[in-house]
Amino acid sequence: MCLAMPAQIVEITGRRAQVTLLGNVRQADLSLLEGAEVGDWVLVHAGFAIERLSQEDARQTLELLAAIDDHAGTAV
Amino acid sequence: MIARPIRIMEVCGTHTHAIGRSGLRSLMPPNIELVSGPGCPVCVTSQSDIERILILARRPGLTLCTFGDMVRVPGLTSSLERERSAGADIRVVYSAMEALELAGREDGREVVFLAVGFETTSPGVASLILQADHQGVANLSFFISHKLIVPAMEAVLQGGSRIDGFLAPGHVSVIIGPEAYEGLAIRYSVPCVVTGFEPADVLEAIVMLLDCIVEGRPGSFVQYARAVKPGGNRRAWEMLTRVFDITDAEWRGLGVIPRSGLTLKPAFTRFDAAERYPLPEMPSVQPPGCRCGDVLRGLIHPPECPLFRQECTPRNPVGPCMVSSEGSCAARYTYG
Repeated sequence: MCLAMPAQIVEITGRRAQVTLLGNVRQADLSLLEGAEVGDWVLVHAGFAIERLSQEDARQTLELLAAIDDHAGTAV
Repeated sequence: MIARPIRIMEVCGTHTHAIGRSGLRSLMPPNIELVSGPGCPVCVTSQSDIERILILARRPGLTLCTFGDMVRVPGLTSSLERERSAGADIRVVYSAMEALELAGREDGREVVFLAVGFETTSPGVASLILQADHQGVANLSFFISHKLIVPAMEAVLQGGSRIDGFLAPGHVSVIIGPEAYEGLAIRYSVPCVVTGFEPADVLEAIVMLLDCIVEGRPGSFVQYARAVKPGGNRRAWEMLTRVFDITDAEWRGLGVIPRSGLTLKPAFTRFDAAERYPLPEMPSVQPPGCRCGDVLRGLIHPPECPLFRQECTPRNPVGPCMVSSEGSCAARYTYG
């Protein structure tokens, strides 16, 4: 229920954004954040971006996800 | 080196699931016990709310939008899944946004969004209600069952469970900030560590907690620094307080906890499904033998419930702890 995933903003239209994670594109609502820009990494929960992540923070989470992916052999 | 038994509680369904899935429990030394608390918002939805949700679902002309893990929660005689088979229009959504979009597309139908979740989820719902209000949407309302986690942590401590430390929820803390646990930590001398969701995060947080316990350092600390900032997300919290008031709420297994739930402010009453539709007050009735309440308080582990793996399985859940994949019992059943 608390699941949130990092994703990168690729396009912004008003308060909505297209965000991408590992090739998957989703919609996210940006109204809970101020000043988010294209290229920013954000943490997305149930369709809402809840926090900005630095590239390094996002990278760490992605590496952990990829490591599990390797071990488990299942798609994220 | 600590010899005495240490009980660490997590209060986040995603932590329950992560710990179960990674087999962390089996890696712990024998004196460290990982206990699951009331961290699954689906699991702590009151029986009374569940019955009222089922009444809503049965209304002709009404479309109920819900997160997936509510669908199989058993009421006394039915569930959303059963109602769907009987013809109710129930749509599983990933985001509350989809309910707003649906209301716009299907203006002949009354749309209700089932608003369940802790502080990670409720600001998004608040934002959505503001958007619906701004757009003058007339066919959308919300059954509000949102709850707040810190009052539940306090209720667990007051209820006699011996807890030596908390793994605090990572994404709730993105919103409320790590300071939210400080008062509790100091008052009850129980350190709290805000924890991420990967096994490495949980292990690191357990080490941090043990250090605090050994050194007698109650307080709130952050392991999940890559997402959790001091002060949390103020904008999200302000949006939440613009739309919702804090109220007393009934938690399955824990009873009524003061100031632990959300209710719509009077300005948004027309978005309140409980005001819009006649919904009787329903008493909460626990199914006989079900010990979900004790499991949620961390008083017993799932295998100590007499129904565990007998009458109560993920396929045939008796209580919500078994239904949601984040429930303690479901996680224990699946991962051992």
